[in-house]
Amino acid sequence: MGRKILLEHIDKPGIDQIESYIKYGGYRSVSKALKEMTPDEVTEEVKKSGLRGRGGAGFATGLKWSFLDKSTDKPRYLLCNADESEPGTFKDRLLMEKIPHLLIEGMITSSYALGCNTSYIYIRGEYMFILRILQKAIAEAYAKGFLGKNILGSGFNLDLYVHPGAGAYICGEETALIESLEGKRGNPRIKPPFPAVSGLWNCPTIVNNVESIAAVVSIVNEGGDEYAKTGIGKSTGTKLISASGNINKPGVYEIEMGVPVEEFIYSDEYCGGIKNGLELKACVPGGSSVPILPKHHLLYESNGNPRLMSYESLSEGGFATGSMLGSGGFIVYDEKQCIVRNTWNFARFYHHESCGQCSPCREGTGWMERVLHNIEYGHGKMEDIDLLWDIQRKIEGNTICPLGDAAAWPVAAAIRHFRHEFEYHVKYRNRVFDEDHVYQPEMKAQLV
Amino acid sequence: MLKVTIDDISIEVPPGTTILQAARMIGQNVPPAMCYYSKLEGSGGKCRTCLVKVTKGSEKDPRPMPKLVASCRTGVMDGMEVRNETSPEVIDARKGVTEFLLINHPLDCPVCDQAGECKLQDLSYEHGLAKSRYEFKRREFEKRDIGDKIQLHMNRCILCYRCTQVADQLTPERVHGVLNRGEVSEISTYIEQAVDNDFSGNMIDVCPVGALTDKTFRFKSRVWFTKPMLAHRECTTCSGKVTLWFQGSEVLRVTTRKDKWNEAEAFICNDCRFEKKKTEDWTIDGPAHIDTHSVIAQNHLPFELPVVQKNLPDAL
Amino acid sequence: MTQTEQITFSQKSMEEMDRIILQYPPDKKKSALLPVLHIVQQENGNWLSTEVMDKIAKILDIKPIEVYEVASFYSMYNLEPVGKIVIEVCHTGPCMICGAEKIIAHIENKLNIKVGETTEDKMFTLKTVECLGACGYAPMFQIGEQYYENLTIEQVDNILDSLRKEKEAIN
Repeated sequence: MGRKILLEHIDKPGIDQIESYIKYGGYRSVSKALKEMTPDEVTEEVKKSGLRGRGGAGFATGLKWSFLDKSTDKPRYLLCNADESEPGTFKDRLLMEKIPHLLIEGMITSSYALGCNTSYIYIRGEYMFILRILQKAIAEAYAKGFLGKNILGSGFNLDLYVHPGAGAYICGEETALIESLEGKRGNPRIKPPFPAVSGLWNCPTIVNNVESIAAVVSIVNEGGDEYAKTGIGKSTGTKLISASGNINKPGVYEIEMGVPVEEFIYSDEYCGGIKNGLELKACVPGGSSVPILPKHHLLYESNGNPRLMSYESLSEGGFATGSMLGSGGFIVYDEKQCIVRNTWNFARFYHHESCGQCSPCREGTGWMERVLHNIEYGHGKMEDIDLLWDIQRKIEGNTICPLGDAAAWPVAAAIRHFRHEFEYHVKYRNRVFDEDHVYQPEMKAQLV
Repeated sequence: MLKVTIDDISIEVPPGTTILQAARMIGQNVPPAMCYYSKLEGSGGKCRTCLVKVTKGSEKDPRPMPKLVASCRTGVMDGMEVRNETSPEVIDARKGVTEFLLINHPLDCPVCDQAGECKLQDLSYEHGLAKSRYEFKRREFEKRDIGDKIQLHMNRCILCYRCTQVADQLTPERVHGVLNRGEVSEISTYIEQAVDNDFSGNMIDVCPVGALTDKTFRFKSRVWFTKPMLAHRECTTCSGKVTLWFQGSEVLRVTTRKDKWNEAEAFICNDCRFEKKKTEDWTIDGPAHIDTHSVIAQNHLPFELPVVQKNLPDAL
Repeated sequence: MTQTEQITFSQKSMEEMDRIILQYPPDKKKSALLPVLHIVQQENGNWLSTEVMDKIAKILDIKPIEVYEVASFYSMYNLEPVGKIVIEVCHTGPCMICGAEKIIAHIENKLNIKVGETTEDKMFTLKTVECLGACGYAPMFQIGEQYYENLTIEQVDNILDSLRKEKEAIN
């Protein structure tokens, strides 16, 4: 069994209530930070821990914190990004549902480090039932004196609120999240300025993912160096992986960074192998935005070494043979799954979620979806495959925010590794439909 | 002052200058801008036609920028080196953006009042493909009436957001905006409502395409058959400095005076624009300068014609 | 405007809105827009009429267009009337490969409506939605605030039948 940092107490009875949470060591980091440490010392520990943002980009959390502009007398804000919407990702939800106080504790400690007296948790609107769980937990924390004025007699004040979104993947992008919190459309801002200088209401702002904030608790309790001992290389600590798709045991697993991918898929401790005794075909290891990998590239690095669950190992080989850890949304496909259909599905997702602000994403995502739909439904041409490649190439890197890249990468990777399936669809267009021209996924699965 | 080099041409600019502004100061190899408008706060960054490559970030940090950047929203750093028209990568990206802007555009230029002064036409001419690769039905929006002065053709819109910025920054209350999301985003008032206030007509002038046109000029003439004259009048609402567009002795249209970058020199009021269509309303200052780039220039030579007749007898 | 004047919200909703507005600085009332729209949508038969949105604009001291812009951007706000029970089936990748399409087809047949439509008795509206963050428990749908996960055809039947009975009992 690997070491559990975040989910250590998840099965303890009543852990969603503050009494029980405190009984299992909860809120220690608050008293430790507020009574024994300066804000900068807390930041220093986070830097030492090597913690990297768990939302997908993997940017060093401590470094991000150090960018916060403390030179103005404007208020500073910490925003927790709980807009978890990346297909394949459902880890933050588990954390907030089961151990809401871990996030709240992390928010208090982190707000102290950053000098924020008002902080918000921006949660996706569909998670309204979790918003209520968090609000109840926050009320408990106020009652115990962990929130509000003069917390634990330290002189530090903090108000914490939960703010719901209303159905928009793009609000997971930090500047779109800020716009949305300001009561506007979720249009990402043009950077610079970066939020650390001018964010919420033009004040210095830090936006961190739920899991990153939760990890701060243990970093403060045990020390950054201790946290960094877990994991491998620059991928320190543990990571929550959301496992889904055609596996025997889908769910959220906390892994020590560095577990071999093969072990993660086949071991009974984690995914428990492929469902129905089928073969592994492909996997999207870090949420729908990251490149899909066929089995051999998934399990082995380009040098033949086993691939590991870490930022470095999953991206080894670049996009030619590698992918990304991303948000840890691990989607597994068995041999019967159709890559073309899956790619079309993801393209539809990005088309639906594009905010429409910049031209390449607004126009390109819909175009890709339509071309993929044609190929999938037997109306494609061979040239369409190259056309798709060209469209994604002209979106990638040319948009305001990373949604453009996120829409382009899955299409590029599918063509890169599974071009034969696209060609098959074009060549045998009618064979995936029955006489009434009704789509027959089973029939196709046998053919591909 | 900061030194910036664009396509091997250097210039010194004050801090706070963007790459695009620096290129405009140089006066050549200027990236096209469909959404940026120097007189509207917060404009730019959206259309992506002005993308450039920063090959050297600054003297202090010479690393190149990893992605192409929107020149209209990227500030110049001292020692920065930029590639615009000399970068195949930039030209390729610009071609891509042009294609994206065109896939759903109706291409109804023959019946569009903007034809001849349309920035999308210019962009397509310079960066467009000869043939569309888009095989699907073009996007169509429901027609919406936004009043008796301004004609909205949403199908032509490229969502530059300039008109919403005009409404926010020039008019007392914005009643139109961008509705819906993604590909189906549209400029609309949501409920049937007229966009009508003292300065709403400026939305027409900032629109880079034919999405917002002057209803009082609708189908009156092609712009290249009209002759622009600078004129002014005493106006209590605006500067009263305008361009009159004549056909013969008739004023067909009143617009702002545009600068070299096709931006209004000063915004004008609706009274000047829509109600003063008689020559006697105005004091004529003289012919407007016409950029040789403009289609209107074809009837207006930038130099005086040699008087052929004078020499005619000798030649005979 | 007279119609807007007629719009009133319940005491409970008004109190809830006041509490939410206090979460933001006094000059940043607009920030309360998203949560406030959720509250009034729920109170007004699960959709937002123009009159309701205009009223919210008044309450938050913003222009009506600012409300329309936001309400039309986010997928959770309905700008048209919907059925009493809105079934939102996730059809994104992980759900799709775990059988979401069969669930959708079954509901379409069962209720005799297509995705996006409402049954004649105004009881059910069927929608497909993008990833709801339940990929490991696929297929799934959301009704109101509740997630229904690891669905089978039988479960779908049971859930919809009992919800219908519940609503009919209220009437």
